[in-house]
Amino acid sequence: MTTATKKIHVTTTVNGESVEFLCEPRNSLLEVLRDTLGLTGCKEGCNNGNCGACTVIINKRPVNSCLVLGVEAEGAEIETVEGIADARGLHPIQDCFLEGAALQCGICTPGFLVSAKALLEKKPGASEETIRFDLSGNLCRCTGYDKIVRAIQEADKQLSASTDDSKTND
Amino acid sequence: MATTPYRVIGTRPVRHDGADKVTGKAVYTADFKLPGLQAGFILRSPHPHAKILSIDTSAAEATAGVSAVVTGADFPNVKNKIAHLGEGSVNLAHLSANCMAKDKVLYKGHAVAAVSATNAHIAEEAAAKIIVEYEMLPSVTDIIEAMATDAPLLHADLFTDDLGLKADTASNVAVHLHFEKGDVATGFEQADVVVEAEFKTATVHQGYIEPHAIVADYNEDGRVRLWTSTQGSFTCRQQTAEILQIGVGDVLVTPCEIGGGFGGKIAVYLEPTAAILSKKSGRPVSIRMPRTDVFEATGPTPASFMRVKVGAKNDGTLLAGEAWIAYDAGAFPSGVIGPGCMCVFSCYDIEHAVVDGYDVCVNKPHTKAYRAPGATQVAFAMEQLMDELAEQLNICPLEIRMKNAVKEGSRRVDGPVYPQIGFVECLEALRDSDHWNSPLEGDNRGRGIAGGFWFGCGLKSSAACSVNADGTINLLEGSTDIGGSRASLAMQLAETLGIESSDINPMVGDTDSVGYTDVTGGSRVTFATGLAAYEAGRDLQSQMKVRAAELWECETSEVSIGDDGTFSGNGKTAGFKDLASQLFSGGAALVGRATVAPECPTNGFGAHIVDVEVDPDTGKVTILRYTVIQDAGKAIHPSYVEGQLQGGAVQGIGWALNEEYFFNDDDQMTNASFLDYRMPTMLDVPMIDTIIVETGNADHPYGVRGVGEPPIIPPPPAIGNAIYNATQTRMRELPMSPPKVWLAMQSSD
Repeated sequence: MTTATKKIHVTTTVNGESVEFLCEPRNSLLEVLRDTLGLTGCKEGCNNGNCGACTVIINKRPVNSCLVLGVEAEGAEIETVEGIADARGLHPIQDCFLEGAALQCGICTPGFLVSAKALLEKKPGASEETIRFDLSGNLCRCTGYDKIVRAIQEADKQLSASTDDSKTND
Repeated sequence: MATTPYRVIGTRPVRHDGADKVTGKAVYTADFKLPGLQAGFILRSPHPHAKILSIDTSAAEATAGVSAVVTGADFPNVKNKIAHLGEGSVNLAHLSANCMAKDKVLYKGHAVAAVSATNAHIAEEAAAKIIVEYEMLPSVTDIIEAMATDAPLLHADLFTDDLGLKADTASNVAVHLHFEKGDVATGFEQADVVVEAEFKTATVHQGYIEPHAIVADYNEDGRVRLWTSTQGSFTCRQQTAEILQIGVGDVLVTPCEIGGGFGGKIAVYLEPTAAILSKKSGRPVSIRMPRTDVFEATGPTPASFMRVKVGAKNDGTLLAGEAWIAYDAGAFPSGVIGPGCMCVFSCYDIEHAVVDGYDVCVNKPHTKAYRAPGATQVAFAMEQLMDELAEQLNICPLEIRMKNAVKEGSRRVDGPVYPQIGFVECLEALRDSDHWNSPLEGDNRGRGIAGGFWFGCGLKSSAACSVNADGTINLLEGSTDIGGSRASLAMQLAETLGIESSDINPMVGDTDSVGYTDVTGGSRVTFATGLAAYEAGRDLQSQMKVRAAELWECETSEVSIGDDGTFSGNGKTAGFKDLASQLFSGGAALVGRATVAPECPTNGFGAHIVDVEVDPDTGKVTILRYTVIQDAGKAIHPSYVEGQLQGGAVQGIGWALNEEYFFNDDDQMTNASFLDYRMPTMLDVPMIDTIIVETGNADHPYGVRGVGEPPIIPPPPAIGNAIYNATQTRMRELPMSPPKVWLAMQSSD
């Protein structure tokens, strides 16, 4: 059994900012984000990749941060729930979750928002079936999913409308 | 569109805590830190039943980074004493023994020791060095086997409470309950048709996504401060104080945001242990429960064995009902059996009925409430028997339910006579729904319906509203917000005062700052704490009348308040915010307050329709379409009412189709993960349609009934009925998972 393993220096990018941290080889990225970097929006629901509450985007792909080691973040670009809103305000996916009452207790919400953002960026216009398939790794026990799916569909509409607007403006 | 007398109630504003929860800023217990915080880890029994002969903690204590080690010897001796926790009660000696075993472990996962250290890894590694010497005892997890006189005994001092009398030999049966009305023998003699069957349901877990967590600080002044995930901060305070044998005033509970509970976050598990670790280490201590421990060591809800018999006349009128129900209590007496007995016949007016219920201890985790605790199991039996009666009598399943549905004046088997209720209205809404009137076509497809009832309770709630300089309001209340209750309470206060929901800042107070408030449970918060918010608003208005009279130089009796909250007197008028602002600058601050304790149940009824398709090759059941109909009394925030109906229905679908605890031959749970304990994912369910029926409720100023619990009840029997409709196979066991459905289909061929 090992204790006090030597820590490793990691340089990475989190929500657009360059970040450095020290971590033990056994620390998961989830532990580093929450305990070392203070990004507690990322939640631990199971710590074995089955609930999706700890979902973050690494290099454009949604992943369970409990299944990634902190050292694997070296050189990566990481997005967390804390990076979805910016100085202009909430992202449409966040607005749609609020307007559509797509959360109850809220513990799964960060994971859903991150997964949904990744989905909508990759597959705009996704069908209900695609949304349900792609987000089946995120568990919610409160809502029955109905309002979450509808919020994602509404955000998709708003995002494609704003893309169309910007094209028109060009 | 129907006209409404309300400006705020019935609208859908964004919830007050919304921005925090979509940006990751909301603070849940695991997010909360204190300087010098230690991490705790709990060592648990690998055995389902064993005596603890010795515990050697020396190697753990000697580990670098370890700050404290705790075992059962560090826990004060707690005498047998029943504590009422709002909804339900508990024997404190059992509660303490469940937090930390002293002499015996009663289930795999039972806590035996705990360690705190500089981080969780060190604590876990040190815990692994603790040597526990066990003497293995025979174990039992099956309810019927545990009831046998020669079964392994969990508690040498447990004597069956048989209708109030104590038995003289020890038994695993904690309680025998009996309810009776009419003359059941005569009822069955007069019946033209009788159906009878045995049903079984598996142990299921509430499955909240946030594991239990605690931060405890045993302060130098002797006060214990707890930051925790709880459905009731005051009951958490009481339980912790009793287990630690200190005064309730010596415990401060600050409820953090709570990531789901469904009845499973009322009892304490970690709080006393973390407090003792903190006392021994002199540091604040946090414990985050691993998911495996959540499954193995926190309250699932009872498995059941039921034999139910119902008789009816040829015209479909129910005459007699008889139910024999045994629920698994887990390691300690549970109490979920009571509501199970009261709910089995609660939807129908039956002249003659008898119910016997048994609370049976087995070597499984101590079972707890789960959304309408005890009602779903019995509905699985009764609502399928209703369909079997309907089939034998060649009556439509809806018609037999409408014919026998309870209404105002119907008496339940356990005694109470219903006041105005809305079950008939729910069945009428079902009859008129698009879903019921749409044909279902295709092979292996079937439709089922079922009803459900849950009491809903009042209990104690407190609220205070203080006026800000601009006439906006801070609402302080004591109900931990598990699914949007800040919004539903603020909306009721806004309606009362004639302001907007956004003019109110609702805040859930800690146990030092807000008046006593019972648990967030029993579908009670929007009803009872809503009543407290309303009364606090009325109190504020009365004070403002007096002050307005001084301001306007008239008698208090000359000041009146309009329906829109506008104050008038002596020829002057002012809206609430305007007047509140004037009064703020012209005198003492204004605070309205109220405490309430409504005793009346809110009587929630619902009815569900489901269409399924059964794969004949695999037995897999796919939900094609689902509609929930429920009487909300009055929906304060319709979106969150719909959310309760949808979420409850999907939990019920999981209970119906997949969820169960598996035990191996050594009585150890073998599927303690979200991968193997299979809760519904987004891909497993369709959109869930909702129809909110609003029949009002005379016991609440805005007609609110509780809505949270009833929607979990009808899914298992509705799906069972749909499977029968699709396959002519009657399912008598939950879950109706593919292997079980497939096997049942083979034997019914």
